[in-house]
Amino acid sequence: MSRLPVKKTYKLYVGGAFPRSESGRTYEVEGANVALASRKDVRDAVRVARGAFPKWAGLTAYNRGQVLYRVAEMMEGRRAEFAELTGSEAEVNSAVDRWVWYAGWADKLAQVLGSSNPVAGPYFNFTVPEPTGIVGIVAPEEPPLAALVSRLAPAVVGGNVAVVLASEHHPLAAVTLAEVLATSDVPGGVVNILTGRKRELAPVLAGHMDVNALDLAGAGSDAAELEQLAAENVKRIARNGDGQSPWHAAEFLELKTVWHPIGV
Amino acid sequence: MAQAPALPSGFELPLEPRLPRIGSVDQVAVEERAAALATRSIKRESKLFALDLAVRMMDLTTLEGADTPGKVAALSSKAMRPDPADLTVPPVAAVCVYPNLVPHALERVRGSGVKVASVATAFPSGQVPTELKVEEVARVAELGADEIDMVIDRGAFLSGHYAKVYDEVRRVKEVCGRAHLKVILETGELGTYDNVRRAGLLAIAGGADFIKTSTGKIQPAATLPVTLVMLEAIRDVYEETGKRIGMKPAGGIRHSKQAVQYLVLLHETLGPEWLTPDLFRFGASSLLNDVLMQIRKERTGRYQSPDYFTID
Amino acid sequence: MAEVEKRQDRSPVPSAFEYATAPESRDIVRLDDRYGLFIGGEWVEPTSAEYSPSVAPRDEERLAEVAYAGPEDVDLAVRSARDAFANGWSELAPSERAKYLFRIARILQERSREFAVLESLDGGKPIRESRDVDLPLSAAHFFYYAGWADKLEYAFPNRRPRPIGVAGQIIPWNFPLLMLSWKIAPALAAGNAVVLKPAETTPLTALLFADVLRQAELPGGVVNIVTGDGRAGAELVKHPDVDKIAFTGSTEVGKEIMRVVAGSGKRLTLELGGKAANILFDDASIDQAVEGIINGIYFNQGHVCCAGSRLFVQESVYEDVIAKLKRRMGTLRVGDPLDKNTDVGAINSSQQLERIQELVASGEEEGAEIYQPPCRLPEKGWWFPPTVFTNVAQSYRIAQEEIFGPVLSVLTFRTPDEAVEKANNTPYGLSAGVWTEKGSRILSMAQRLRAGVIWANTYNRFDPASPFGGYKESGFGREGGLHGLAPYLEFDE
Repeated sequence: MSRLPVKKTYKLYVGGAFPRSESGRTYEVEGANVALASRKDVRDAVRVARGAFPKWAGLTAYNRGQVLYRVAEMMEGRRAEFAELTGSEAEVNSAVDRWVWYAGWADKLAQVLGSSNPVAGPYFNFTVPEPTGIVGIVAPEEPPLAALVSRLAPAVVGGNVAVVLASEHHPLAAVTLAEVLATSDVPGGVVNILTGRKRELAPVLAGHMDVNALDLAGAGSDAAELEQLAAENVKRIARNGDGQSPWHAAEFLELKTVWHPIGV
Repeated sequence: MAQAPALPSGFELPLEPRLPRIGSVDQVAVEERAAALATRSIKRESKLFALDLAVRMMDLTTLEGADTPGKVAALSSKAMRPDPADLTVPPVAAVCVYPNLVPHALERVRGSGVKVASVATAFPSGQVPTELKVEEVARVAELGADEIDMVIDRGAFLSGHYAKVYDEVRRVKEVCGRAHLKVILETGELGTYDNVRRAGLLAIAGGADFIKTSTGKIQPAATLPVTLVMLEAIRDVYEETGKRIGMKPAGGIRHSKQAVQYLVLLHETLGPEWLTPDLFRFGASSLLNDVLMQIRKERTGRYQSPDYFTID
Repeated sequence: MAEVEKRQDRSPVPSAFEYATAPESRDIVRLDDRYGLFIGGEWVEPTSAEYSPSVAPRDEERLAEVAYAGPEDVDLAVRSARDAFANGWSELAPSERAKYLFRIARILQERSREFAVLESLDGGKPIRESRDVDLPLSAAHFFYYAGWADKLEYAFPNRRPRPIGVAGQIIPWNFPLLMLSWKIAPALAAGNAVVLKPAETTPLTALLFADVLRQAELPGGVVNIVTGDGRAGAELVKHPDVDKIAFTGSTEVGKEIMRVVAGSGKRLTLELGGKAANILFDDASIDQAVEGIINGIYFNQGHVCCAGSRLFVQESVYEDVIAKLKRRMGTLRVGDPLDKNTDVGAINSSQQLERIQELVASGEEEGAEIYQPPCRLPEKGWWFPPTVFTNVAQSYRIAQEEIFGPVLSVLTFRTPDEAVEKANNTPYGLSAGVWTEKGSRILSMAQRLRAGVIWANTYNRFDPASPFGGYKESGFGREGGLHGLAPYLEFDE
């Protein structure tokens, strides 16, 4: 006798919790009912992200690396589930491995991206990278897990917090990743994942005055319009998403240069 | 300053409440400020004004073991009439000599308006008991010196015995009588601008009429930034108490261009009220002839030769 | 402690030590009556046939007529740059490229007096600054980036750096030659060709720089200089064959540029406005801090994007600091930019003067207390006295908007947390200053202030090796240092 499966409800991931859309809407995709986020859900996600930013950015880099590595451990434990959702074991393996790769960057970015600068005068001068703040990520449609990891991991490893618009047509891997994050040590609000219509949500994210950077790897033909909206508060914009590189992380980092006289 | 009196611990200074807070000095910034002021371009009539003022502010100095009455006589003559060929050049402010030579100097300059200054307090080291310093100053005052240049006890200062430094200045001041007291900090031995500022305030608290950079026996002697730090301390005292303290850079000032730079520093830090020999002196020996040459150059348009200026 | 009567506020005593005028001779500068556009290594008449005078801010003298480029002129300049890039420049050995840059640096040093005088004439800044800051730094930028030209693979290991192509560069009027150097030096070191659009009111040193390029025998078309107003800049921004835009100027224009290049894939760096906080703690070296405050806001008449225009003073030293500040303002010498003793020169243009006047009026209306030291301003030309506002509330326009003039707004704070919160409470994030003797506090403040450049116990220092650029609406990308090369390069990711 066949058993009737218990179907999972795929909700939003905001502030470490799994709320339904405040609009009460859902949409059917990949054989599931998925929350259809609204403009107000974007607003709420940005608000909790802002709240989570100081603590996440203020962790020691070593600590942040530890927390992110723990995420990879949790992903590894769900490889079967991810493989079923993505239909590709290879994709899952590469996504986990990529997360590990970025976790290891946490306490190395400053050494690779920063500098001490030999100025012509009695001054000590150095440059350090710092997180820009809230990164809005319009995730690529596919591969649903690997592409998301490729954009999310470099954003958060440098101390940024993220509001992600998941793949519209393949959102289940993203929500499952949210479950991984929720059971890891990543503080609530550091990563927020919204599902729904990019056309509706991405402009809200791009125009939001408290979002500092925008990753448009998954924006497709809407990129130009989103970049225009992003101009209103001079957002940093990342466009390309392939591969793994510390320079992806650098796209969401500010460089701060400090001067101090050398004297007695 | 009245606000936030910030006395470092161990600074057992009997400061009156109105004295400025001790504060600190940023080396790089103060040196840059002094260097920037040194780039002022002083030309024509303002240059002549400055050179004339520099002569009037000069303490013409000889402090050698080989000093004799004859040497002091020659120096005094020069002090009264620096350029025999140009009687518009004013006399200098003072001659500065060792105590033994005070009577000889007094005799030569009597009635000229040129004052006699004497170093005292075991100059230049100051390494004798306080009682001997006080006695020496009392004797020098009796001899009739108009001004007394004492040294602070750098050993006491650098070992943190600020009260001893203060006490000595105060006790010396008590026996100065009508003589003005200049207190030499010997900034070249103090190591930091913070110390220069502290020592300056300490000397002023003890009763100094002038504070002075150096004995001339230690390098570095006067520099523009050290002088700026001391002028700023004087300014703070003035702003807080209304009392005008004088300043005397001494040692290493040999060229008229330097003298003009010091006057610019003075002018832009303490303002025109301080542009008087009553409140600013140059301690120097070879500076005078260079200033005289520059004055004649400005007047004649000809570059000068040292052969035309007396060596005394 | 009893309130002590202060003596600082008395009016300045007239001085017998008035400095005689010490004017730098302008004879060293030879200007043509009229300048065309510098395209393909030659002077060409603008097809627009439009010219406009460049005027000296100090006395409104018309210095020369300058071409206003039209769309066809900008197109010609871009094509000329593309041609030079594709046919020679991008294939030239990097070590040869370096030598051109070294040559330019040397020529700038040799001709620095001439450039300094022209910069002060055309822009109104004191000769002391153009002589001691703008020119040495301009030459230093070319020197610094010259050395990078053949070492790019060491700067960016494993990334195979290569030039982007044609860079369109738009610069402001506050540091005309220095901003030119900040733009052109890294662009050429990276192997790009350039179309530079100088500011409308200060084109002359850029045009004189064309003569430096001739002396350096730089191949024609590698650097093209198109003068004009905002229309020429707009043409350059939207030109389809420009690969990269570098802009320094107002945040408003920067946003518009972002909108125009949206979706084009053009690379973009923006160095925009600022409203920097300069934070003074009660343990600071007060006299040096006051000097830093003065330098922070009155340097270059306050026409500085990173100017320390908001002074935050800890309340425990507020009265002393204000007294010292006012006294020091009284010694600033405002007047002829060509006089070697001038500290504060002329306002760059009548439009800028109007903007300053308008914002200062708003400050008075909103209730701030204004102080200006007594000073005689010349009758001709555009002038504004050094100004400080006290009793300023965070909400006043003078505490929020970039004035870009010699106007300081003073606010107070009680604790470090309050200072940080107020300092960061702005859409800008270009620079900030911190004054304290406590080392750990310096590092804490440096970490918490959201700005691209933090000056601790100093202010307004610049160096070619030191990256410069902002957070938030002050722009993105860095100029200077190793980081300043990256925006002009493409990489393997």
